[in-house]
Amino acid sequence: MSYAGDVAALARKDLLLELRAKETLPSMLLFVVSALAIFHFALPRGAGHGAASGLLWVSLVFTALLGLTRAFVAEREQGMFDALVLAPCDRSAIWLGKSIAVFVFLVCAEVVALPAFGAFFSAVDGRTVAAVALADVGICTVGTLFGAMAVAGRARELLLPLLFLPMAIPIVVGGVGGYLWFLALYDVLFTVLAWAAFEYVVAEA
Amino acid sequence: MISARGLAKRYGDKRVFAGVDLDLPDGGFLLVTGPNGSGKTTLLRVLARLAAPTAGRLELPERQTIGYLGHEPLVYRELTPLENLTLFGRLYRLPERGERIGMLLERFGLWEVRHERVASFSRGMQQRLGLCRVLLHSPALLLLDEPTNALDAAGLALLDGVFAEQGRTWVVATHEPGRVEHLATERIAFA
Repeated sequence: MSYAGDVAALARKDLLLELRAKETLPSMLLFVVSALAIFHFALPRGAGHGAASGLLWVSLVFTALLGLTRAFVAEREQGMFDALVLAPCDRSAIWLGKSIAVFVFLVCAEVVALPAFGAFFSAVDGRTVAAVALADVGICTVGTLFGAMAVAGRARELLLPLLFLPMAIPIVVGGVGGYLWFLALYDVLFTVLAWAAFEYVVAEA
Repeated sequence: MISARGLAKRYGDKRVFAGVDLDLPDGGFLLVTGPNGSGKTTLLRVLARLAAPTAGRLELPERQTIGYLGHEPLVYRELTPLENLTLFGRLYRLPERGERIGMLLERFGLWEVRHERVASFSRGMQQRLGLCRVLLHSPALLLLDEPTNALDAAGLALLDGVFAEQGRTWVVATHEPGRVEHLATERIAFA
């Protein structure tokens, strides 16, 4: 069984768990649509496209945070981290499988969120869609690493936002500005760092 | 199989255990006894490489040759027994896992419920599945923490059958040693 096979098996497991539990994705969908609706009524008339675009990115980052908070619930509540790290597969496969599952949830939420943004504010262009797709990669890879770190901590509900939100600032800057090259660079840099760091996050303490 | 000298574990200021010396050869059976909170679980987690010792020297076999059953059965409750064992069979790179999984599910009386979610199982059935998971890759070293937990008479008989298998090395932690006392070749008693 290859590394890719391990990752596929672990991602499939997470998707199957969500398909059965139906807890994370419905929450993300409800949150992002509600947030956009609130922003629609809160934004003053005549506010520019830039302001609306900023609110889209705020909505997406916090929707992702909601998904990341739920990402390791099964592992935490059922002690499954022990079983996974005991398996002889590369431990980074656990992180990558989980990142892929979170990515799928986030894309599903955005399939609803972007048309909703178009209905409340203005239609999104291709550049914004590309920026969102690139941002998703960084959000999921970095966020999953921090999600795993937070699981081991005591104040895990506090720890994840504290770790993740500062790291999401460059994503918002790149997304609002439409700097695709910047988002791509962020993805490459932090995906490699997260991949290399995960082994140490789950190492025995 | 396992060699330890001066093994110690602390969490902050709290000493869990200290000065554990151990030589457990292949085929040996180490019985770890003591009341709740005495350090049995922590010792097993150290031997499973799930926790690092604070001090001492420890030699262990390769990770893939270790099977560990903790207080929880360590299976996903929203998956079925078949899905759980298939996942771990893949991660342990078992070549003919379908056959092995089928044999274990039959042996532990879970074949008929192999497509049902573990969440609907009693604690005893979950423990049986936990035993299936831990035996799946035929580990040479088995670390079992209170393995009799929640098992009924039939489950205990199945566990006795597992203990009767030759060619394995055992570390069993329990606060009720009566059932396995006669199997022990080494003993650690925590106060």
